Amino acid sequence: MKAEGYSTKKMDLDGWPIVIESYHVGDRYYCTISNADPGARFARAEGASSDEAERTALEKARRYLAQTRVRKA
Amino acid sequence: MPSTLTDVLVTTDWVAQHGNDAGVRVVEVDVDTTAYEQGHVPGAAGWNWTTQLCDTVVRDIIPPEKFEELMSTSGIAPDTTVVLYGDNNNWFAAWALWQLKIYGHEEVRIMDGGRKKWLAEGRPLSTDAPNVQRTTYKARKPDTSIRAFLPEVREAMQRGSAALVDVRSPQEFTGEILAPPGLPETCQRGGHIPGAKNIPWAKACNEDGTFKSVEELRQLYGGVGVTADRPVIAYCRIGERSSHTWFVLKYLLGFKDVKNYDGSWTEWGNLVGAPVEKP
Repeated sequence: MKAEGYSTKKMDLDGWPIVIESYHVGDRYYCTISNADPGARFARAEGASSDEAERTALEKARRYLAQTRVRKA
Repeated sequence: MPSTLTDVLVTTDWVAQHGNDAGVRVVEVDVDTTAYEQGHVPGAAGWNWTTQLCDTVVRDIIPPEKFEELMSTSGIAPDTTVVLYGDNNNWFAAWALWQLKIYGHEEVRIMDGGRKKWLAEGRPLSTDAPNVQRTTYKARKPDTSIRAFLPEVREAMQRGSAALVDVRSPQEFTGEILAPPGLPETCQRGGHIPGAKNIPWAKACNEDGTFKSVEELRQLYGGVGVTADRPVIAYCRIGERSSHTWFVLKYLLGFKDVKNYDGSWTEWGNLVGAPVEKP
């Protein structure tokens, strides 16, 4: 077995730049989400389709990002 | 001696050809501790950084006896060439390498590009447990010359005895956020150690996860005055990103005196009365 359809893309989620990594192994689709800086993976999901995996990962990511507080000097 | 890019890096090609050779043990260490189970380099062992590369009671690196057990159960002997790789551009592979070096394991390499490059290249994956023959591993006395503790960091700040390199993101460095976006806050104050230079760890990597060239790396660090002629202490939030920078400075640029401060911002940023600089 091997990873297929490996791709990464950058986008903005609720004001935070993120990187979405997607691929599938056999019929299982994986999606992981990292903050663009410093590049820490903080949400992941899997599903029966690429869309399902990405949608679930983004839901988790949005929840976690909401807890990040910005302090202005 | 493996055909390496340097003494400490191997390519994905090399691992594909030699990963299961006698005397070689490939080990995956990920930020995402579930990634290994999705599929890993065939024959690779998997280490969990949250439970297997630390003291789970006291805040500390893995204790010697636990390290010996981990190496033994992974089929690693003192002369085994250990090849580490992982997700997020080998973030925690570097953390593991730093600890292997503390305990004196000589033959240890990083697979350049890590898990990301292996996946992107469509190389084989396996979910099988590796076939391991247990060894009886004996660790050497810990080498603390590559590890910085709080008093030394204080001295570096007060006397300039070492360059302090903060490898966190600019937003963490300035105190705008206390932890990387999406991750829990683990300190009371934001900012950085006075006098530290901010060189985010990921600047040392290319888009495909491989390390930048030596010339590019020299410019990156030298450009802000971090050079081999002066001791360096790298820090981040919990010491793992800075182990990546430590690896770059120590092994790719050949700095003689470079230490990882694993107490990092979760120690300094929680200390009562510790000086904090904000721009």
